[in-house]
Amino acid sequence: MSRVLWLASLVALLTGCAAPTLYSWGQYEDLVYVTYAAPGKAPAEMQIEKLEQDYQQARAANKRVPPGWHAYLGYLYVQVGKVDEARRELETEKAEFPESSVFVDRLLANLKKL
Amino acid sequence: MSPRNLARAGIAALVALGLTGCAAKPYDYTNFRAYPPRSILVLPPLNESTAVEATWGYLSTVTRPLAERGYYVFPVAVVDQFLKDNGLPTAGEMHQVPLEKAREILGADAVLFITVEQYGSKYQVLNSSTIVAARAKLVDTRSGTLLWEGRRVWQQNSSAGQSSLIGMLVAAAVTQIISTSTDAARGVSRTTNVMLFHTREEGLLPGPYHPEYLKGQ
Repeated sequence: MSRVLWLASLVALLTGCAAPTLYSWGQYEDLVYVTYAAPGKAPAEMQIEKLEQDYQQARAANKRVPPGWHAYLGYLYVQVGKVDEARRELETEKAEFPESSVFVDRLLANLKKL
Repeated sequence: MSPRNLARAGIAALVALGLTGCAAKPYDYTNFRAYPPRSILVLPPLNESTAVEATWGYLSTVTRPLAERGYYVFPVAVVDQFLKDNGLPTAGEMHQVPLEKAREILGADAVLFITVEQYGSKYQVLNSSTIVAARAKLVDTRSGTLLWEGRRVWQQNSSAGQSSLIGMLVAAAVTQIISTSTDAARGVSRTTNVMLFHTREEGLLPGPYHPEYLKGQ
């Protein structure tokens, strides 16, 4: 019995360290890094493709994408001139995370000027 | 040793292991609890290191630990571009932005001001060591109150092992990350940030998207 307890606490400790993440991160932060570290190597088209792949994987795993993710994808869509897609992503950011609404509304207003 | 004693010793060892990480006195969270933020605006860090790449190497490892702690984190690259478009070309100028502007224009509850002190690798005869040191302040945009501050230094040697169990687990994760990135310091930044924000009684309290939000406070 005590051995079981001991094992259980060990398992609890270890799983605590490897707790499931709240979000599916994919390549979001790596792409942000490459954008600045090696600007020529991360054109917006390539990033959009990778992020859309990440999104499919997140959906398949039934996980959310992190805060800021949809806004970043929207920002990339603006860079390639796809305004409808950009608006869709920004609206999704706002719906998923209402904390973003002040900022996103400002970005949407800028989008109307394009 | 009887099974019962063995169990006691085992549990005591585990408790000790859990506690050694936070032997310093716990952070005073009075202000944090008075103004609990939902959203955090992370500004590009000030860079005191000699490495130009520190700014983005570090900034691109901050969102994950903060979001996993339960906060809304504004998209760092979009914010950077937005501030540049609005007449703030450098991190130094961004750090001077009045807090009420961060609230009014971006809707941020709190701003995280980071300074990277050291960032990079030293190569010696038999091994290399990579070190990242950073300090951070979280400030409430409504009252200007300092909610939290912390500082961490993390060093990783290429050949040596880590001394603690947690260290080993984190090191394993970092090694994995580095294998897909040539920038070792960026991998160490990830660990630095996990330590900075997640260490119990020293890091940030769990935010609204965290399952432990407002528990035991």
